[in-house]
Amino acid sequence: MRNIEPAVLKRLYQEMLRIRLIEERIAELYPMEEMRCPIHLCIGQEAVAVGLCAHLTRDDYVLSGHRSHGHYLAKGGDLKRMMAELFGKVTGCSKGKGGSMHMLDLEAGFLGATPIVGGTIPIAVGAAFGTVMQGENRVTAAFFGDAAVEEGVFHESLNFAALRTLPVVFVCENNLYSVLSPLSVRQPSGREIYHLAQGHGVESFQADGNDVVEVYNLAGRAISKARRGDGPTFLEFKTYRWREHCGPNYDIDLGYRTEDEFQEWRSRCPIDRLKKHLKGKGLITDLEAEDMENSLRAEIDEAVEFAGESPFPEVEALEQHIFAP
Amino acid sequence: MHRELKYSQAVHEAIELCMARDRSVYVMGLGVPDPKGIFGTTLGLKDKFGAGRVLDMPASENGMTGVAIGSALVGMRPIMTHQRIDFALLALDQIAGQAANWHYMFGGQARVPLVIRMIIGRGWGQGPQHSQSLHAWFAHIPGLKVVMPATPYDVKGLLIASVEDDNPVVFIEHRWLHNITGDVPGGLYRVPLGRSRVAREGDDLTIATASYMTLEALRAAEMLAEEGLNAEVIDLRTLKPLDEAPILDSVRKTGRLIVADTGWRSVGFSAEVVARVTEAALDHLKAPPRRVTLPDCPTPTSRALADFYYPSARDIVATAWGMMGLEVELPVMQETAGALLDVPDKSFTGPF
Repeated sequence: MRNIEPAVLKRLYQEMLRIRLIEERIAELYPMEEMRCPIHLCIGQEAVAVGLCAHLTRDDYVLSGHRSHGHYLAKGGDLKRMMAELFGKVTGCSKGKGGSMHMLDLEAGFLGATPIVGGTIPIAVGAAFGTVMQGENRVTAAFFGDAAVEEGVFHESLNFAALRTLPVVFVCENNLYSVLSPLSVRQPSGREIYHLAQGHGVESFQADGNDVVEVYNLAGRAISKARRGDGPTFLEFKTYRWREHCGPNYDIDLGYRTEDEFQEWRSRCPIDRLKKHLKGKGLITDLEAEDMENSLRAEIDEAVEFAGESPFPEVEALEQHIFAP
Repeated sequence: MHRELKYSQAVHEAIELCMARDRSVYVMGLGVPDPKGIFGTTLGLKDKFGAGRVLDMPASENGMTGVAIGSALVGMRPIMTHQRIDFALLALDQIAGQAANWHYMFGGQARVPLVIRMIIGRGWGQGPQHSQSLHAWFAHIPGLKVVMPATPYDVKGLLIASVEDDNPVVFIEHRWLHNITGDVPGGLYRVPLGRSRVAREGDDLTIATASYMTLEALRAAEMLAEEGLNAEVIDLRTLKPLDEAPILDSVRKTGRLIVADTGWRSVGFSAEVVARVTEAALDHLKAPPRRVTLPDCPTPTSRALADFYYPSARDIVATAWGMMGLEVELPVMQETAGALLDVPDKSFTGPF
């Protein structure tokens, strides 16, 4: 796949598989009702997070929205602390006060995720603005979905990022639905999302979000450009959420999307596609793939165990951290 | 050394001192570097500190509040300015949803040191969308501090303390205060957030108030004193966190409470003060607490209506006599006899 080192391809594969296995484990555990918070799984959409974050260092920043597990993990967020957060434990990445929709890992440069659609886009622009004002050379990426471009704050953010030539990469994961509402009832047909960003004077691209190599290549361009001080880029990646908007289940039976549509996207699984390529080129053997999967599962087992065994916050925590001292 | 400054000059001096001391402080808002400089409060700052730290901005209140938050998360200390509080309504998700929650929802690991200046006012036909006194909304939200200084001394000290605070602070200035003068020391000093001030001592009645209504309350207290009634005036200064103890102490002494507020009556900040007093000091009350507020009505534009809309010292005095069970003929107030009520004084020629 187009001039990418085999080692990089293998790493992309491993990262995507890791997120997939973590999300599947969450889906499996969710019915036990130990994770008592809304969860938005990114199964099917792993390539965007992985291809993008592969170019970011720990000093770069990422902000995200409600469906943030993949972004958090791809940016290097701590798995144990994420799992503990879902369990509402004090060892969680937000000390049990945030849950799945409010995660951060400052050491990893994951500056925060919050679920009001579009809400963290200007915060990402502001982080980039702050780094520029302080003379730092960091890139900030904002992840959001297709509905976020319907929010006024999206346009406000792009306008300012373009005005100030800020080192931001806007990453739109267009999975065609906002909760159960399809794009067709929300946005005019024939008007591409990435054209909106062009209208703001932000260089924009649209690509297959289920092709991690395509994501990786475009992201590489956008991030190098930002690092050079040449301003923001908007990337629209078409992708698809396999499971329900919120929760662990499949939801094709609801009737808002068709089985055919789902199967079509499922056949374009980003992980299977890369695995097929790696095997075809002899870059990975069945045994290697199996080893990789086993060690990932062991890591996940350990994280789940850590989350289960961790204590809940003490009641004193209730009114702690309302104000910073 | 005695030094008189206008309230607006005290705001300016506070910003200037904060910016000179700390390179992470920057000022942003529509019109901040323009020739009028937010009623003079930001005049000349661009020349002194450069366009990189004194910024105009797109008319994108919500987005730009997010930008301020994001910059604060990575080490900056923004002072954002809205020429009217009403424009901040466009930014409610960023203020109430994001900034207010950020420290708590991430378990205390991140901070949003952000000051949002909002200007309220009255008169000169400001009308429904240029004068709403919405401090109670912001004070309702956990995680926001809300400050409403009444004097030049306090506005400087509280603004410096707000800029140095690691939390989002809604800093509300009343347009009718910008031209008042008072003693303001030079140099950096702080008035701590969350502390009220006894603006006048008295034994017969407590008037709790803030911002511009402090002036009306003090005027009312003088009028009451002429008739032998000594009112204690407590200037709350910070609404959140509220300094409750001095109000309770005062009511325990006087047995009577009037809350004079720039906001509306229903679910207003005055209701909060009354509730706290009745919860904690009911046995000390000699009369039901009373509120002097705006009526529950949008702001009319014509001064023929607005004159009846905004509460004044006269309303506080009438309320006080009512509480005492006395009917007293209200003297015609000299300064308002035949005067225009839609400006703070004759020097104020509008528009705002």
